[in-house]
Amino acid sequence: MRTALFLLLLLAIASVPGSLLPQRGENPVAVDNFILKHQFFGKLLDSLKFFDVFASVWFSAIYILLFISMIGCVIPRTFQHLKLVFKAPPDAPKFLDKMDAYSVIEGANHAESKELALKWFKSKRYRLKIAEQEISAEKGYLRESGNLLFHLSLIILLLGIAFGSLFSTNGEAILNIGDRFLNTPTSYDSISYGRLQSPAGLPPIALTIKDFHATYNPVNNAPSDYKLQVMAQNPFNAPGKPITIKVNSPLTYGATKIYLQANGYSPIVTVRDVNKKVIFSGPTIFLPQDANLTSSGAIKLPDANPQIGFAGTYVPTFSQRFGQAISSAYPESLDPRLLLGVWKGPLGLDSGIPQSVYKLDTSRMVRLGTVALKIGESYNYGFGTVTFNGYTQWVNLQIVHDPGKNLALLGALIALLGLIFSLLGRQRRIWIKFGEVIEIAGLAKTRVSDLEVEIKELLSRINP
Amino acid sequence: MSATNWGYLSNYGVYTAMIFYTVAFVSHAIEFSFAIKSEPVLVGNGNLLEKNKTVFDFTSTRQSGRLGSVMMVLATASLFVGDVARGISAGRAPLGNMYEFSLSGGLAFSLAYLLGLYKFKMRWLGTPVSFSLLLILGTAITLLYRPSAPLVPALKSTWLVIHVTTAILSGGVFLLANCVAGLYLFLEKAERTVGRPKYLAQLPSIETLDQLCYRLVALVFPLWTFAIIAGAIWAESAWGHYWSWDPKETWALITWIAYAAYLHARATVGWKGRKAAWLCIFAGSTFLFNYVYINVWGTGRHTYSGL
Ligand code: HEM
Repeated sequence: MRTALFLLLLLAIASVPGSLLPQRGENPVAVDNFILKHQFFGKLLDSLKFFDVFASVWFSAIYILLFISMIGCVIPRTFQHLKLVFKAPPDAPKFLDKMDAYSVIEGANHAESKELALKWFKSKRYRLKIAEQEISAEKGYLRESGNLLFHLSLIILLLGIAFGSLFSTNGEAILNIGDRFLNTPTSYDSISYGRLQSPAGLPPIALTIKDFHATYNPVNNAPSDYKLQVMAQNPFNAPGKPITIKVNSPLTYGATKIYLQANGYSPIVTVRDVNKKVIFSGPTIFLPQDANLTSSGAIKLPDANPQIGFAGTYVPTFSQRFGQAISSAYPESLDPRLLLGVWKGPLGLDSGIPQSVYKLDTSRMVRLGTVALKIGESYNYGFGTVTFNGYTQWVNLQIVHDPGKNLALLGALIALLGLIFSLLGRQRRIWIKFGEVIEIAGLAKTRVSDLEVEIKELLSRINP
Repeated sequence: MSATNWGYLSNYGVYTAMIFYTVAFVSHAIEFSFAIKSEPVLVGNGNLLEKNKTVFDFTSTRQSGRLGSVMMVLATASLFVGDVARGISAGRAPLGNMYEFSLSGGLAFSLAYLLGLYKFKMRWLGTPVSFSLLLILGTAITLLYRPSAPLVPALKSTWLVIHVTTAILSGGVFLLANCVAGLYLFLEKAERTVGRPKYLAQLPSIETLDQLCYRLVALVFPLWTFAIIAGAIWAESAWGHYWSWDPKETWALITWIAYAAYLHARATVGWKGRKAAWLCIFAGSTFLFNYVYINVWGTGRHTYSGL
């Protein structure tokens, strides 16, 4: 038992670094910065897996040991307990006066008292063993049952977690209004699989993004509601069903759920070359930079001659305070502007170094000009023109497949149930011996004071 | 009534509660301090020595203690009004930022005390409880106050309300258990060395305190378990994962494990008294740490403190 206590405390302590140090799973950039800043110390922590605490060998070792020791203790106890439940309560010990709450009744009629006592025991649902000269009564198996249930259900919980993580997929896709999403690996911007899950396991779901609407609170500019309308098909060729997805209500297909995670603006531009030929047209996803959705992004035209890049900032509600940069005053598109820096020169897309699609690498480029456009306005940068046609909105969908969730929830709920029984149940035995006098005593596994109250009640019943 | 008026009502409720807590604090303090009398007694078997012994005479001060209890009830009622009005003015459960946490948490603590008063006759705990509540509310209105505003979409969820309410209720009881454990340690040390201080003679025996601490934890541990499960259910519907080792989550688990260790230490290893009290205080501190540190300075997705 000391082992379990020790391992429990160890588990608590081992979780601490995982909450105080940045973790790779949550925030890889913060981890890299931390290591850069602390050099040797950072690298040391890294080699000891302090940035992946919850996936580390030592953390797993602690809880696996904990579970092994628990199973080793709880399984034999379960059998013991089952035996006990089906057996009659034990005979009265020889010396009742050594037990708790010992009392004696003198001069009462034995047969009558026995009758009354049995009636009381039955009304209290005690389990009884009745002999000529004594009654053994026992109650409160729920305590140990609950306790065993609790511990065994922790195993169910763990199985649910393990099963879920082995067969899970978790991916994200950014989509503009109007886009269609097919649940296949190539449609994702990023996706990760559980160890035993293969890409072929993705259910055939198709979504068409119909409309997205965000409502904001004009007092503090905070969002108050997001609503995404999609047309959903499952399987791909089924008739479409209109469905609304909100932040706390994902679209659910069995163990697969689709969540609305983030949103932003995609300005729509058309670029023409000197011959007025359209060389680019459509929405480009920009990433929000602040709470008022000042957003930034890049449009890269590797096929233009020369190569052209736009470094853009989209401002949904234009505002410029004196002497400060342009920014957005409100997250809704009330007075949108598109600020563009136009650059000429090698975009560096074929250099082999991975690039962010949201940023322009201007290190080898030349600036041709900057401009702030209203909707409908154009700008001629010498090698062509760019027109700001308007904007649409994008949403970031998170698609999660976790077949272990329900098992884990079941385990957790059973654990709760077991816990309640185990902490509130009180196991106790009461014996009555009919000898020269009537002797009554009891034994409580916990809370002797409650037993005393109960025996007092019994006494008043037998001997009013 | 408009949202602004509900907001005013809330503030009045909180101020009124603070006045009542102050009176309660003074009354409870008077009950004990003025009950101390000294009277000469004879010591030694030869009846030769006469010494002043401190005795407690509550006949004249009991009224003051009762007044304190009445004040605690009124204060709790006012705080209840303040908390509910705050919720109505914001159009949601009053659990959106640190200010509202403090009101709701204080209310939970106060209700836990009233429950203890009713069930376990804990009037003796009135002085520290009313004082802690004054501190909590004082900090809330001076440092943490924020005008009320509706919630961002991710926080609009019934499960979240259930999660936070049960978590705060549990927190109130954890805090109470810590008070009891602290008192236990103090008295136990005193009794071992210089003897129980006179002004605390009225408190229950240290064995009772030890038991009380265990009962409080055993009572609230399932609630805390439920709070974590509710949180996981909410996280699943909002973030897509029921558990993501966010710092706040991790600390909730640490608190849970620490209390499980406390229950084990008592039920299976047989710890009692000092060791158990320290373990209880350790477990309670993990809760407080989570509440203060992670809310204010921590990173992660539970960034709703409003600071
Ligand atoms: C490592 C193996 C474990 C063993 C051998 C073990 C053993 C036990 C035993 C024998 C009891 C019954 C005490 C009694 O008779 O009243 C108990 C109670 C309990 N255990 Fe465990 N346990 C283990 C792991 C855990 C874990 C991982 C948790 C959860 C964190 C946990 C939480 C509890 C709780 C809450 C109780 C109730 C305490 C009470 O009845 O007052 N146990 N444990």
